[in-house]
Amino acid sequence: MTRFTGDDVACVRGERTVFFGLSFQLGAGELLLLTGPNGSGKSTLLRLMAGLSRPIGGRIQWDGEDIAAEPERHRSRLQYVGHADAVKPQLSVKENLGFWASLARDGVSPGAAIEDALAAFGMEALRDMPSRFLSAGQRRRLALARILVAPAALWLLDEPAASLDDAAVQALDHALQSHGANGGIAVVSTHIGLAGETATRARVLDLTPARARPVVGTLA
Amino acid sequence: MRRTLLILRRDLRLALRQGSDSFAAVMFFVMAVALFPFGVGPEPNMLARIGSGILWVTALMASMLALERLFQNDYDDGSLELLALAPLPLEAVVIAKIAAHWIATALPLIAAAPVLALLLHAPAEILAPLALALLLGTPTISLLGAVGAALIIGSRRGGVLLSLLVLPLAIPVLIFGVGAVEAALMGLPARPYFLVLAAFLLAALPLCPWAAAAAIRQALE
Repeated sequence: MTRFTGDDVACVRGERTVFFGLSFQLGAGELLLLTGPNGSGKSTLLRLMAGLSRPIGGRIQWDGEDIAAEPERHRSRLQYVGHADAVKPQLSVKENLGFWASLARDGVSPGAAIEDALAAFGMEALRDMPSRFLSAGQRRRLALARILVAPAALWLLDEPAASLDDAAVQALDHALQSHGANGGIAVVSTHIGLAGETATRARVLDLTPARARPVVGTLA
Repeated sequence: MRRTLLILRRDLRLALRQGSDSFAAVMFFVMAVALFPFGVGPEPNMLARIGSGILWVTALMASMLALERLFQNDYDDGSLELLALAPLPLEAVVIAKIAAHWIATALPLIAAAPVLALLLHAPAEILAPLALALLLGTPTISLLGAVGAALIIGSRRGGVLLSLLVLPLAIPVLIFGVGAVEAALMGLPARPYFLVLAAFLLAALPLCPWAAAAAIRQALE
């Protein structure tokens, strides 16, 4: 049974305590929504979960093993979408996606997976377009398509719905559902509500300072 | 290894499509060298004597120009984060990026150097030693520069800072690089100089990617 847990996690940025005493427990197929106002530490928590930075206190564990103990193993099981889209304007849509696909996958040619991921976010027609002509929403779709090209047990998505239109939000919703159905864990930060079933299925971790602090380890 | 080559190919493709960075470095090199005859006077003997020094110093400056953006572009658009999360050691990512950078900017410089040497009235017998010295010396400069480029990630006016950090470290390469050409000019064996340059390269090869990767991790925290 896969378990992704955080125990009494604390984080300090600069001289400011962003959060402390934060705990979460996620099993296979579960989705955690991080909510809270700007600056409450949603992105910071996702970066901690990715292993990009270390918590100043507490532990983040995967199946009982600290994620910092075997960083490479942790990295190979996760897909991370930050607030930047990591889209190279000089490359075409397909080249952008193809690079991240072959970087993440072992051996197998990612051709079919790339087509599927493009189709999932309605980008087939833009396949050969230079990425510098993409709109903000299209770049976001491309960034999200990246998580579909290589299977990963853990998705960490930072404000994935930013600048997406309704159709793309639905596509994201659908992707999250099938990820959950396959036993994948997802942590999504958002201040825009996700639609439909995904939202009702999700657990919510509210990082609003006034709410998160007095109750140690809030998990609604 | 496959992943390292993948990043190398991507960076070369980006450099090829973008063009401007490496092209600017070569043009700077040509321009700066072409200015010297105007500055010190067109006396052939004088130019032939100081030619190797001019070529090495300007090549060093030109590579600093292009190094500034080595990690910055990837940092700005979020790619560096994802490369750090990719299933390969960050050191391997750094090596791939340095190799791509060297191929895209230093190789054109090395190709241009003999032509510019002739422009400075250098005798034909120093052309081969000059190219070989640059071939052994510029990878070390790229490696040292990568440490600097990783340290200046996110800072404004990073280019100046980069030169201040890296140029002092590049002095030994400069001394032995010029030394090799001077030795060839006087008909002495240049081999010892090449060996020292190769030794610098071998020392920098494991140390610099390791240091640069540490600096990048710090920048991403």
